[in-house]
Amino acid sequence: MNTLVPTQEEIMLADAARGFLDAAAPLTHLRALRDKGDTHDPGLWREMAQMGWAGVLVPEDQGGADMGHSAAGILARELGKTLAMTPFLSSAVMAATALRHAGSDRLNALASGDLTYALAIDETAKFAPENIETTADQQGNGFRLNGAKTFVAGGTTADRLLVLARAKDGLTLFDLDADRQGIDRTARAMIDATDAARITLTDVEATGDDVIGQLGDGMTVLTPALQAGQAALAAEMTGLSVGAFAMTTDYLKDRKQFGAPIGSFQALQHRAAHLWCEMEVTASAVAHAGRQLDADPDNAALAVSLAKARACDTASLAVREGVQMHGGIGMTDAHDMGFFMKRARVATEWLGDYGFHAEQVARLRGF
Amino acid sequence: MSDEFRLELRAWLDTHCPEEMRDGVADENSICWGGKTWTFASKAQEDWLNACASKGYTVPTWPVEYGGAGLNRAEEKIFHEEMSRINARSPLESFGIWMLGPALLHFGSEEQKRHYLPPIARGEIRWCQGYSEPGAGSDLAGLQTRAEDKGDYWLVNGQKVWTSYADKADWIFALVRTDREAPKHKGISFVLIDMASSGVSTRPIRLISGASPFCETFFDDVKVPKQHVVGDVNRGWDVAKYLLTHEREMISGAGHMMGAGRSIGAVLSDEMGGLSDTTLRAAALRNEVNAMSVALTLERYKDMAEAGQGAGDASAMLKYVGTELNKNRLELMMAAGGSDALDWDGRFGSRPGDWLRSKANSIEGGTSEVMLSILSRRVLGLPS
Repeated sequence: MNTLVPTQEEIMLADAARGFLDAAAPLTHLRALRDKGDTHDPGLWREMAQMGWAGVLVPEDQGGADMGHSAAGILARELGKTLAMTPFLSSAVMAATALRHAGSDRLNALASGDLTYALAIDETAKFAPENIETTADQQGNGFRLNGAKTFVAGGTTADRLLVLARAKDGLTLFDLDADRQGIDRTARAMIDATDAARITLTDVEATGDDVIGQLGDGMTVLTPALQAGQAALAAEMTGLSVGAFAMTTDYLKDRKQFGAPIGSFQALQHRAAHLWCEMEVTASAVAHAGRQLDADPDNAALAVSLAKARACDTASLAVREGVQMHGGIGMTDAHDMGFFMKRARVATEWLGDYGFHAEQVARLRGF
Repeated sequence: MSDEFRLELRAWLDTHCPEEMRDGVADENSICWGGKTWTFASKAQEDWLNACASKGYTVPTWPVEYGGAGLNRAEEKIFHEEMSRINARSPLESFGIWMLGPALLHFGSEEQKRHYLPPIARGEIRWCQGYSEPGAGSDLAGLQTRAEDKGDYWLVNGQKVWTSYADKADWIFALVRTDREAPKHKGISFVLIDMASSGVSTRPIRLISGASPFCETFFDDVKVPKQHVVGDVNRGWDVAKYLLTHEREMISGAGHMMGAGRSIGAVLSDEMGGLSDTTLRAAALRNEVNAMSVALTLERYKDMAEAGQGAGDASAMLKYVGTELNKNRLELMMAAGGSDALDWDGRFGSRPGDWLRSKANSIEGGTSEVMLSILSRRVLGLPS
């Protein structure tokens, strides 16, 4: 499939997702969770699992819907429009991809929604997956893990963690139950109210059975997972941009000052049109990333980094213009625009910001 | 069915496309514009034009009775693929093909179509476009070149500006004011004028980048027969609007594919022996990210058009982002060239001229500001 236009099936998937989310997870859902101090709605995730969303990338013979990365991007985009808080990206997209590459037998439980995952990779403030000091020392037939992870999205509520550690043979990915002795999780108070944890590992015991993929070759299963996540996150960020922009254009049409709707002022018209153009260009890169991951996943790095880089830029512009064009009310907590701004910032840093991904483009394009 | 068409076409091209004509569009000097005073650059160029004209391949989708080949969408796609395959040059470029032809096909009388279209298709008559005036650029409807009703002819007085190749064209299609009392959009007519008519004169316009095909065109008591009006009198703005939309929807078939061609970073790096200037490298990298994404956007809009979802006014976005991107790219090329890029005729050839000329990209064919206004009103629905 090499068309960048959505298929009839994809349009139906998007429409169905939108219908479900407008009822089950509109912006008020995020606000209610935030006000209660919750970061996860298990009932919502169960409903999504029943619709096949948890198993979007899981093979059918392991209980999944196996719809591919373009479909995952479509779901992510719809989730992004109302900032729905779910383990979709961590579990359904990234962990599912890693486990699928490794031939794990936990895919059924993941697809049914019974098991959620978080990726424990980052140890520095800027995304650099191979820049880690967590060690996995060989202890007899097993390993002893020691280290600290700084930004584990979904880490507080996840059932299991995919932990990247440095073994004697090299970087290795471990699949550990989050309650294992020695794993200590501290919830971070994230500005976008989502679940993220700092995790310390103190003499955590693991066996060869806990290794995902090959010992010393963790990146072989982690890299596809990260790429899948980056593409889906880029899609989620385009949804975020669409949500913020729709709110903004509605406001431009409704709000009157100086006897006229402020949307009639040329300065605002031009800025809104410029932002729309940026969104259209980014949408093309995001569509292409999904297609490339489906058609030729071994050569998707360029497409994925292009999408994530553009998505960071565009989402940032959408939320900055969103707040600015709403004037004073856009700055109030009572208004929803602040949620978009905060989520855009978190999503920008997660899995690599503009600079990180532009560097990947540079590397792949001979700079 | 289409396989048969493809194979027949391929065989015809093999026989009739001279080797010399199989180099794509080599440069501006290799374009064939046709017209009464045209001197062919080579016998091959002449043979290629005549061969294509005899089959209607200069205007493949026009009806056969008007000089075209009558191809449908699918056949047209195959035609372009086969031409690309042997890197065949376009046999003929002209405003007659791109602009007047579509206008006549949509608004012209049967007599006008049979009279004007075949010579366009054969490259015998070269047309230029008379729209803008010194006082009417972005506000084109404010044009003042007037046509007075003299019974069996219109008497035209006024001036056009930015008329490309007016000094080389045989005929001009122009917007003139036929009713000075009516609201400005409702007093305009679309007329065809012979450039050899008494009272027509041209003067070339030199740009900041050097010589250009642009001209000023002056009309001094020019007599234009009544039957030279296309469409209804005072309804010329409808024709102009149709052409503007048509123009914007013509998505470049040569949109470069993702990954094809060298990145601007690789080009600059080679030129400068590395990209150690971190500011320049960052700017080039941003341009590369944008260039690839814009190329994908061209592809996506082409896919949309093929799926029957015409972009309409949204295609103003393509003009806006494409031109700003191109200007930015040439800024980077000039920075990379340093003081060696400051000669008109230096080491980097036409680069400084290209850089200066590119500033017009965001002005000609509708300014970036007009594109943004169109998008905000017609796509976003913001109030005026």
